[in-house]
Amino acid sequence: MAGHTADKIQGGVLGWVDARFPLSQLWNEHLAQYYAPKNFNFWYYFGSLALLVLVIQIVTGIFLTMFFKPDAELAFASVEYIMRDVEWGWLIRYMHSTGASFFFVVVYLHMFRALLYGSYKKPRELIWIFGVLIYIVLMAEAFAGYLLPWGQMSYWGAQVIVNLFATIPYIGPELVTWIRGDFLLSDATLTRFFALHVIALPLVLLLLIVAHIIALHEVGSNNPDGVEIKANKDENGIPRDGIRFHPYYTVKDLVGVGVFLIAFFAVVFFAPEMGGLFLKPANMIPANPLVTPDLIPPVWYFTSFYSILRAVPDPFLGVVAMGAAVVILFFVPWLDQNPVKSIRYRSFAHKLNLAVLVVTFVTLGYLGLQQVTTLYGELTLRFGVMYFLFFWLLWFHSRERSAVFSLVSFAVLVGIYTFYDFTRFDPANAQLLISAWLLPTAYLFATMVVPVFVRNLGRDRPVPERVTA
Amino acid sequence: MKPPLIAILALALLALGPVSLQAAGPSVPLDRVKVDVTNQASLQRGARLYFNYCMGCHSTQYMRYNRVGRDLGLTENQVIHSMIFTTDEEGELVNPGSLITNAMTSAYGEEAFGIEPPDLTLVARVRGEDWLYTFLRSFYVDESRPLGVNNTVFENVGMPHPLWELQGWQEKRADANGGVRLQVVDPGRMSGPEYDRAIRDLVTFLSYVAEPMQVDRQRIGIYVMLFLLVFLAVAYLLKKEYWKDVH
Repeated sequence: MAGHTADKIQGGVLGWVDARFPLSQLWNEHLAQYYAPKNFNFWYYFGSLALLVLVIQIVTGIFLTMFFKPDAELAFASVEYIMRDVEWGWLIRYMHSTGASFFFVVVYLHMFRALLYGSYKKPRELIWIFGVLIYIVLMAEAFAGYLLPWGQMSYWGAQVIVNLFATIPYIGPELVTWIRGDFLLSDATLTRFFALHVIALPLVLLLLIVAHIIALHEVGSNNPDGVEIKANKDENGIPRDGIRFHPYYTVKDLVGVGVFLIAFFAVVFFAPEMGGLFLKPANMIPANPLVTPDLIPPVWYFTSFYSILRAVPDPFLGVVAMGAAVVILFFVPWLDQNPVKSIRYRSFAHKLNLAVLVVTFVTLGYLGLQQVTTLYGELTLRFGVMYFLFFWLLWFHSRERSAVFSLVSFAVLVGIYTFYDFTRFDPANAQLLISAWLLPTAYLFATMVVPVFVRNLGRDRPVPERVTA
Repeated sequence: MKPPLIAILALALLALGPVSLQAAGPSVPLDRVKVDVTNQASLQRGARLYFNYCMGCHSTQYMRYNRVGRDLGLTENQVIHSMIFTTDEEGELVNPGSLITNAMTSAYGEEAFGIEPPDLTLVARVRGEDWLYTFLRSFYVDESRPLGVNNTVFENVGMPHPLWELQGWQEKRADANGGVRLQVVDPGRMSGPEYDRAIRDLVTFLSYVAEPMQVDRQRIGIYVMLFLLVFLAVAYLLKKEYWKDVH
């Protein structure tokens, strides 16, 4: 190969470095001679975009740290100082606050891509696990950062989340005091959250991202067809459907960067509050431990899980359910045992399952921002159940199921929550209860029972030998 | 499968947009106001009202006198003579570069009004412009209150009606639809429309103070968008050129 021999005879500075540090080798292994499938589509931009947002957050974060005062008496005013008196401080701060939300937009789309094309399946289970760990650390990072401006929402949002640990039997109250470093959320909490936000969690995040990428480059990228390109190599050992990451995907990702930056800076410059979703009006009031806001919704990227917490009447079980909703992601590679990776060749039932997950997750996110009413409470419960049913169905669709198994498991699942509905039946809400009951029941019916009678809908399609254009 | 999923996600994100605007609001419908923070004359009139009527009680502690002066096109002399009324510990007039922290002490505020008058730097971002516009026009005589006034937007507010000499006194009357309306019974120096315009100026000033860089932000934003469109076009052509040999 031309590139390879050129490296060997390279003298000069690069040769000097290469004799001491594998610079060219790293460059080749991860960029110039990393062969990626040639059929990446829209969904494959979000990995590189996540890296871009990470860089934006780190660079803007460094500048914010120069001016921010991690002190309960000074924090709020120091943020306004950044907004008003620091040269370009407002831009840096809006980029950081908008970057936090965009990080989650990008990461959610990136995770959804993995669900679409089965990128978590063998041999990529560890990539997925590192990814879920990154997601969890990112949530912790965002949560710690949200306390720092020390506004009312910072304070009371942190209060609600930290108090979740108080529901743990026996050790709960002591644990919460230990986390806060005080008997209430105070300066001690602010300084430790600052330390976590600016150094501890970013370090862990960086290490996990390196592990994520090393694991990816070890096994190679999946693609929208879910075909292993390494199974079909030419005489030089290069995948026939692979192209070098650099320059092909670096220039392609540059287009993604352009589109992303337009969306990102449109928010930064024209709607930094994003109608209250990215920056809440109530957070423009300094933290006051004596005044509780009427409504304390978390930031949008947490609200789906917050809904699951609220769906369960018992506080501790609510926390367990919320934790389970995140932890269950670790098991996805082993729940979905279907050998067909890409949704393109999966059954209609599986496609429907994934589509319902999107609706469920977005609806739970919406409900988590609202005040609980009878209607919303009931919907939250049903969609919360549907969130977990997605994972059951992921396993269920691992292969085509027999009619008996489909019908029996459908009856059992519906029976379980119908039994629960009988225990809480209230004639006053009968209509709501019954209509809401239809949601998970229709979901299960369409994905488990219908394929029994229309066999085509439950059947996967043959996967091609090579990637399609 | 692909396009519908993208569409669903895009729609879902859009649907989330207006959600938080429904946060717990006042019981009366708010009057809409359109403020223009690029209108310097309006900002100057608003600032005059603010510095004459509001800042005796309320601080604007994240903002500096001379920043207001610079953004509103005032000279340093004008700032010193028309905005700064307080002295520092040595008896010298407060420096124009200082933060606007001249308000009464919180202890005095609590004694006089039952609650410390809030800082107003960010009030336009907390409450919104419509809320402020309606609130400042909704004081009415209510003898049951300690200061003799109440407000339909902020029930039992601790604040008096400092602009009474401009607006006059209003009373609450039942309207034809069973709701309430406010009627001026003892006119002040301004007519109804004049007072509304004055309040719009004041809200314009408060909107400016809450985010003084907002005009710069939008102006720079347009140049950034234009640059990024060029960047995108170049990136797209580069990609097309490189990908010619991928089949």
